[in-house]
Amino acid sequence: MSAPAIIEAKAVSKWYGQFHALKDINLTVRRGERIVICGPSGSGKSTLIRCFNRLEAHQEGDIVVSGVALHGKMTNVAAVRSNVGMVFQHFNLFPHMTVLMNCMAGPMWVKGVSEKEARKTALTFLERVRIPEQANKFPIQLSGGQQQRVAIARSLCMKPDVMLFDEPTSALDPEMVSEVLETMTGLARDGMTMVCVTHEMGFARAVADRVIFMDAGQIVEEGTPDAFFGHPRHDRTKLFLSQILKH
Amino acid sequence: MLYPDTVEAEILVHKPWFVATMFGVVLLLFMAFNMSGTSFAELMRPVIGEPSVSGLYGRFAIAFVIAVIFTLNVVLIGFAPLKFQIGIVWLELLLLFIAFFETFHLSLPFIREKLPFLISQGVVTTLYVSAISIVIASVIAVAGAVAKLSSNGFAYAIASFYTSFFRGLPLLMQVYLIYLGLPQLGFVINAVPAGILALSLCYGAYMTEIFRSGIQSIDRGQWEASRSMGFGFALTMRRIILPQALPVIIPPTGNQFISMLKDSSLVSVIGVWELMFLARTLGQKTFQHMEMLISAAMIYWMLSICLELIQSRIERHYHRSKVR
Repeated sequence: MSAPAIIEAKAVSKWYGQFHALKDINLTVRRGERIVICGPSGSGKSTLIRCFNRLEAHQEGDIVVSGVALHGKMTNVAAVRSNVGMVFQHFNLFPHMTVLMNCMAGPMWVKGVSEKEARKTALTFLERVRIPEQANKFPIQLSGGQQQRVAIARSLCMKPDVMLFDEPTSALDPEMVSEVLETMTGLARDGMTMVCVTHEMGFARAVADRVIFMDAGQIVEEGTPDAFFGHPRHDRTKLFLSQILKH
Repeated sequence: MLYPDTVEAEILVHKPWFVATMFGVVLLLFMAFNMSGTSFAELMRPVIGEPSVSGLYGRFAIAFVIAVIFTLNVVLIGFAPLKFQIGIVWLELLLLFIAFFETFHLSLPFIREKLPFLISQGVVTTLYVSAISIVIASVIAVAGAVAKLSSNGFAYAIASFYTSFFRGLPLLMQVYLIYLGLPQLGFVINAVPAGILALSLCYGAYMTEIFRSGIQSIDRGQWEASRSMGFGFALTMRRIILPQALPVIIPPTGNQFISMLKDSSLVSVIGVWELMFLARTLGQKTFQHMEMLISAAMIYWMLSICLELIQSRIERHYHRSKVR
């Protein structure tokens, strides 16, 4: 593990009012690593990755992303965010723009890339998620799976160092889950650093370098997929796995 | 349109009970009025004889014929396709309207003589005052809405004080206060700028609330997506939030524009020669008030219709990204 760290969280705690949402989280994500975070709902998985691009504020501890510490008074948050891609459960595409424009907006408006250049990049990544033919449609004209792939392409157009996935397949019809997972697997194969919150254990087994299990705001267990699925150490992990692998 | 059911209900105006009730109501209504002095009664002369001496029979016959025509008309329109129904009903209401004005015996030559001035001076001033006020009010509304949604205490306090004050006073009073009050502070202000200022401030306050609710109606995921790509506040607002809020904002804003066009008549009280002022003064000398008032009314109406058309055009434009 000699690759440089892209995300470093040290002793991170977060409260929503009285509720202790994240408790003393320590996690390092290194370049090229693929990490899957799982756990029951309300365990703080989404909250944690939303802290990594400061969509949420943490109150204690340090989070350092690409060498920049995240805190409430930082002035270069845009630079950090444009370097950290995020894919949401509900896609959050911009419905008033075409698919192509969704992908061009970030590079043009944040990075100052020329329109011609942005269009080229957008088409490249739309090609990569295998929907270049939908470029001039509006998001609502696409299926859920296609929309999520556009959202992935939109993030990739910013050429981020790390991609965060916040339950990217949870809002999809079963048929469309695999097309999104395939896209993500392709990304992983190309060496993208990824942190995925997901319940897709097959994906975790196939792609992850490390699986992290969270419960009640804490990291309960982490390990390689083989160790995690083969020999879970904690009772809570065993219970969780038995529940979700039952079907 | 409301979300239509796939099962067609029987058409109301073809239901026997409805037709019968409608017929009965119209019959009784026209029985209650004495129609024997009207030109319609003259048309009935072959049936009822001299209308003024036809008595109860005459009244009944007239009301009966009117009720038959009315009911037949409604039932027949019920068969037409939607577009035709709308067109025919509009046309009929318009004809009734014209017939109503006919009874005033307006002097058309007088109208024809004054109309050019009414338009070249009155309409132009009205449009000029409203158009400038609309632009200023929209700018105020965006700024006000952002201020009311901000976490900056000063901005919120100023914006909420402003909307509270200018929504709380009658517009007429604001016009007077600005025109008569500002000179007391040393700013001598002409009637037209005073009127524009009053209209802008008042409508800016109403539209602030419209814009605020429009901005708030946008899903918070849009903010998160914008933020996660590194968009700043101004960029997110201008490129992501406002364009999506516009379809929500436009119908009530169209209302405000139409309302403002008509409320611009209030600046006539400080002597601006706009449509309302001229309508009141042009007919005064010869006591032909009605001619000018009705002409001005029609002009206001036509201008409003133009705004309605523009509004529906814009709504259609924004409907584009919602079509599957």
